[in-house]
Amino acid sequence: MSLKITREKIKNSLVDKIEEISGQNVFDCYQCGNCSSGCPVVDYMDIAPHQVMRLAQLGATEEILNSKTIWICSACLQCSTRCPKGIDVAKVMEAFRAINLRKRTSPLNPDEIDEKDLKELPPIALVGAFRKLTG
Amino acid sequence: MNLPYYPGCTLKTHAKNFEDSAMKVMEKLGYPLQEMKNWVCCGTVFSMTSDDLMLQLGAVRNLLRAEEQNLNELIILCSMCYNTLKRAKQFITEDEENLNKVNDLMYKENIRYKGTVDIHHLLSILRDRVTFDAIKEKVKKPLSSLKIGCYYGCFLVRPKEFAIDDFEDPSIIEDLLTSLGADSIEFPYRLECCGAYQTVTKKDVTAMRTYEIINSARRAGCEAIVTSCPLCAFNLDQRQKETAEKFVEFEHIPVFYFTELMSIALGCGWDKNWTKLHNVNPEPLLKEKGLI
Repeated sequence: MSLKITREKIKNSLVDKIEEISGQNVFDCYQCGNCSSGCPVVDYMDIAPHQVMRLAQLGATEEILNSKTIWICSACLQCSTRCPKGIDVAKVMEAFRAINLRKRTSPLNPDEIDEKDLKELPPIALVGAFRKLTG
Repeated sequence: MNLPYYPGCTLKTHAKNFEDSAMKVMEKLGYPLQEMKNWVCCGTVFSMTSDDLMLQLGAVRNLLRAEEQNLNELIILCSMCYNTLKRAKQFITEDEENLNKVNDLMYKENIRYKGTVDIHHLLSILRDRVTFDAIKEKVKKPLSSLKIGCYYGCFLVRPKEFAIDDFEDPSIIEDLLTSLGADSIEFPYRLECCGAYQTVTKKDVTAMRTYEIINSARRAGCEAIVTSCPLCAFNLDQRQKETAEKFVEFEHIPVFYFTELMSIALGCGWDKNWTKLHNVNPEPLLKEKGLI
């Protein structure tokens, strides 16, 4: 992907909000890639976890908020567990989801779930999905 | 010696076999499970945002109710409930302001939550309190020649602070099954995420996860998989339907809850009602091994 870096972009105050919600300092990341190599669903992401961290450092929050990445993340915590700098990468992902969900944009519309699936799915799956993917 | 027990929603429905088998075996071991009163859904997933306390209420309310019932601990079977309750408790109690705010939000409850209830997963209790040696002595029907892949999934071992064993190289489930006489196999994908809640809208992704995890187990020689989480069980068992549609050479494999295997080994037997809750029928394998 191509990214235009400007002084305004880098000073993006939304990153401060992300850091507040996640409790993490995105500048701790030195791009080792451990998180992305451990991520079980990285193949389905458009921006890999370590790239999310880099984009956050550069103030490119729009790209992350509009990505498929934050919604395909299953919060498995593999990334946070492996990070050598102790960054809770999963919390950064959660913060980006929260920004979207608090604006009431969500990738999941409960009405669109197939009737047959609804009968089959256990409560643990539905509650988890609604809590993570809806506002 | 009653153990206060928190079931969570799914153990009363899709994972009733998990609860029933656990009840049987814990009774047999002399540590019967006693369900707490007035529990509610824990919320399944821990909310990782630092600033939205409303999302923690589901979990904390259960801990408050446990305190109200004078329970000093809760034993949990579902890996997700265990993880969520444990992390919610830590998050709320480590900051006094959060603790006060959360109690204010739950103003209709009879007491204020103090943070005294300990939370344990059943596997920890079996290892530390009952002990695997004691379990081994009570085995009536060793699970000999059953090659089991022990699947941990995410929430028994992550985050590291709440892992019930070493987060990169755990052995608690393998040790339990070895004490039951089985051939426990550590397969490479045993700590990989099954896809969790993505199964609701992204069946194809979970089907792929199922494919990779089960293949890893098969390549390591497993004949069955054991798990401790109803969501993992759903993804690894039920989603085999979707996986088989995608991959014609895919071979089905039965998925058990560890308590179901304990029930057989300790002589409590197999219940046909449990078979109905499995997608891949485990009875042929159990019959072949002379276990039922």
